[in-house]
Amino acid sequence: MAAVSGLMRRPLEQVSGLLRRRFHRTAPAALQVTVREAINQGMDEELERDEKVFLLGEEVAQYDGAYKVSRGLWKKYGDKRIIDTPISEAGLRPICEFMTFNFSMQAIDQVINSAAKTYYMSGGLQPVPIVFRGPNGASAGVAAQHSQCFAAWYGHCPGLKVVSPWNSEDAKGLIKSAIRDNNPVVVLENELMYGVPFEFPSEAQSKDFLIPIGKAKIERQGTHITVVAHSRPVGHCLEAATVLSKEGIECEVINMRTIRPMDIETIEASVMKTNHLITVEGGWPQFGVGAEICARIMEGPAFNFLDAPAVRVTGADVPMPYAKILEDNSVPQVKDIIFAIKKTLNI
Amino acid sequence: MAVAAAAARVWGSSRGLGQAGLLLLRRPWARGLARSHPQRQEQQHFPSLDDKPQFPGASAEFIDKLEFIQPNVISGIPVYRVMDRQGQIINPSEDPHLPQEKVLKFYKSMTLLNTMDRILYESQRQGRISFYMTNYGEEGTHVGSAAALDNTDLVFGQYREAGVLMYRDYPLELFMAQCYGNVSDPGKGRQMPVHYGCKDRHFVTISSPLATQIPQAVGAAYAAKRANANRVVICYFGEGAASEGDAHAGFNFAATLECPIIFFCRNNGYAISTPTSEQYRGDGIAARGPGYGIMSIRVDGNDVFAVYNATKEARRRAVAENQPFLIEAMTYRIGHHSTSDDSSAYRSVDEVNYWDKQDHPISRLRHYLQSRGWWDDEQEKAWRKQSRKKVMEAFEQAERKPKPNPNLLFSDVYQEMPTQLRKQQEALARHLQTYGEHYPLDHFEKKSSRTPGAGLPHVSLTACRSSKCPGSDLTASSR
Repeated sequence: MAAVSGLMRRPLEQVSGLLRRRFHRTAPAALQVTVREAINQGMDEELERDEKVFLLGEEVAQYDGAYKVSRGLWKKYGDKRIIDTPISEAGLRPICEFMTFNFSMQAIDQVINSAAKTYYMSGGLQPVPIVFRGPNGASAGVAAQHSQCFAAWYGHCPGLKVVSPWNSEDAKGLIKSAIRDNNPVVVLENELMYGVPFEFPSEAQSKDFLIPIGKAKIERQGTHITVVAHSRPVGHCLEAATVLSKEGIECEVINMRTIRPMDIETIEASVMKTNHLITVEGGWPQFGVGAEICARIMEGPAFNFLDAPAVRVTGADVPMPYAKILEDNSVPQVKDIIFAIKKTLNI
Repeated sequence: MAVAAAAARVWGSSRGLGQAGLLLLRRPWARGLARSHPQRQEQQHFPSLDDKPQFPGASAEFIDKLEFIQPNVISGIPVYRVMDRQGQIINPSEDPHLPQEKVLKFYKSMTLLNTMDRILYESQRQGRISFYMTNYGEEGTHVGSAAALDNTDLVFGQYREAGVLMYRDYPLELFMAQCYGNVSDPGKGRQMPVHYGCKDRHFVTISSPLATQIPQAVGAAYAAKRANANRVVICYFGEGAASEGDAHAGFNFAATLECPIIFFCRNNGYAISTPTSEQYRGDGIAARGPGYGIMSIRVDGNDVFAVYNATKEARRRAVAENQPFLIEAMTYRIGHHSTSDDSSAYRSVDEVNYWDKQDHPISRLRHYLQSRGWWDDEQEKAWRKQSRKKVMEAFEQAERKPKPNPNLLFSDVYQEMPTQLRKQQEALARHLQTYGEHYPLDHFEKKSSRTPGAGLPHVSLTACRSSKCPGSDLTASSR
C-alpha cells in the first residue's frame, strides 16, 4: 500500500514543483509559459502594483474563471479585488472579463456608448480606465453564437483601443499595458491559444514588462511578400512561411498585436520592401481588419510599391457551422494562406 | 404600518401579513444565509422540519391549494404625501419643519427652473438652440430629493432632472452654455442640449441611451461602499426606462451586492407617447422593488415635502445599512417629451390643464409658504420679475458668446491624442490659416485656452465652482 501510494505521490510532487518554478520570478531565460499563464501573471502583477485594479466577470472568483485565466487570483486577493459579477467616479480600474466576446453584445451599448464615447462627450470630465477582456473568435465546436470575431466591430469605434495578442509574451505585455492605459481597452484573447506554451524571454518575466499599444511586431523577416495577421492566425502564417521557405519564398510575417490604433507604418515599410501583401484574419471578410489594411495601404506611400493587388484571407462569410469538417474549413488554414501567397506572387 | 398592510393586499389575502410584511419590513441586519433560515419566519407557525421545503432558491411553506397570486393594481401600493393639493399639511407629525430659508430655496429653485425652461423652450422654437426638454410639473421630484442628499452624493440622471443641478446652485450661465454649446460649456459643446454634467457638483454627465445609467450607478455605489465613503448614489429614471433590461440588471446587482443606492423613479404618466397603461401591467415600479428584495415606497412627486422625507430616510438607511432603496415618485409630465414632440397627438389638453392648474408642485408649495406667512403676492411679483431678468441676462450672454475653437474637434477621443488625429488637427489649422476668410471663424473662440487633457486624475475647470462664474475666465492652468 505504502509503495503504491508512494508511486502515486511522486509524479504529482514533480508536477507541482514544475508549476511552482513557472511562477518563480528569476527563472532561467528559456522558460515555457502558456498564454493562459501569461495573462494570469500579467493580471497578478497589476493587481499587486495598483490597489485600484480589480477583476470582475462570470465565475472569475472561486471558480478561477471560466477558462481558468484568473486561477489563484481570488485566493490571493479576495472578494474585494476579484468579484463575481457589477465604476467610476471612485477612480477604480476595473478589468471586466467576458466569458466570450460574443456575450459582450449584451452589454455592447455600455462598451460603445458609455465606455468609448464618455470621455469625449463629457468634454474630458469623465475618463473611463476600463479593460474588457476575454476570448474572441472561433473556438472548437461551439457553433455560430459562440464563435464570432469582434476585432472589426470594436476596431471601428473611436474612443476604444483594441489589442489582439497572439503568443504568451503578447498576452502578458498587452494585458499589462491595457490595465495601465487610462482609456477603455478591449483585449481580444483566443481560447484555443490559452493552453499553448511559448518560450518566454527574460524581459517578459519582469514585472514592468509592457508591450506598447499601437505597435506591431515583425515575427519573421522576409523579402518576397508581407503577410499581416493578428491573434491565432499569426501562428498559421509562420507555419506557411516555413513551408514556403523550402520553396525559396521568404515571407515577412507581421503580428499586428494592436487592432486600434493600427500600426500601419510597420506594414507600409514592409510592403515597400517586399512589394506584395496579404492579410490573414479569422473574422468575416466584409468590413474586416484586412479591408481596413488594404484601404490604408492604398491611401499611403506603399501603394506605389505594390506589384500585385493585396489579397485578404478571412473566415468564410457564413455564421460558423457546427459540423467539424465545415467548421475546420470555415477558418483560414495553412493551405489557404499558402494558396493566397502563391496567387499574389503569381506562382 | 400602512405600507405593510398594503403589501399584504398586493400579495393576496391568503398569505397573511407575515410573509408580505417580512418582505417590506425586512430587517436590514439579516443577511446571507440567515435570510432563508427557518427561524427568520418567527411570525409564522410552520410545520416540522421534515415537511418544510428545502429548496435553496426560496424560503417558503408548502401549500396544497392551487392558487395564483393576483397582481393587485386596483388598490396597489399607496402614495405617501405630506401636503394636500392645496398645500396644507395633513399629518403634522410628518411635516419636516424645515426652516424658512430652506423652504424658500425649494421654491426659488423650482420657479427659477420653470422660468429657464420657458425661455429655453422658446429659444428652440426660434431656432436659437437645436433641442430642449422641459421639466414642467416635475420640479418637486428634483428639488425634494436633491435637498435630502448631501452635496457630495453622486447623482446619475436620465435627462429630466435639471432641478437637482439647480438646487445645487449650478449657475444659469452654465445651463445655457451647454444648451448653446458655447465656449463656456465644460462639455466643450459636444452634446445635445440638456445633457448637463458637473464634476464639482457630483452630477454625472447625462447620456442619451435610456437606463444605461442604472447599472453604472450601482457600480458607483458599490465603489462608495468599498471605500467606506458615507456616501449615497441616487439614480433617477422614468417609468419607461424601467422597462429596459439594464434596469433589471441594475436592481438585481444593487440588491445582491448590497449597495448604498437610491433608485428614484419619476413616474410621470408618459414615455414620450406611451402611456403607463401600455408601459406595464403591474402596480407601477414600486411593486417591482420587493421582487428584488429592495425596500420600496411610492410618494406623491408633486409634494416636495413627501419627496424630501422619503429621500432623507432612504439616504440615512442606505448608507447605514448598505442596502438599496426604491422611491417611485408619482407625478405628471405637463410639457411635451421634448421640442421634437407634440403631445396633443396622444393626450387631451384638458388632462394637461388639470395638472397644471390643480396639482402643481410649485403652487402647492406656494400655498404652504403663504399660509406660513413666508411669502405673499408682492414677493411673488418681485421674484417673478427678478428671476426672469436673471434668466434673460444669462440667455443674452450665452447667445453672444463664441463657440469653442474648432481644434477641440479632435481632443478627448483618448486621454492622449493619437498621431493620426494630431495630424488631422494640424491639417485643419493650416487649412484655416490659408482659407479662414471663407469660414465664419468670428463665431468661434480664437485660440483654445483649453488644451486636451492628459492623464488622470482630471481636474475640473475653475469656472464650475463659483456661482458667480465669470465665463470667459476659464484657464488651462488647473489641468
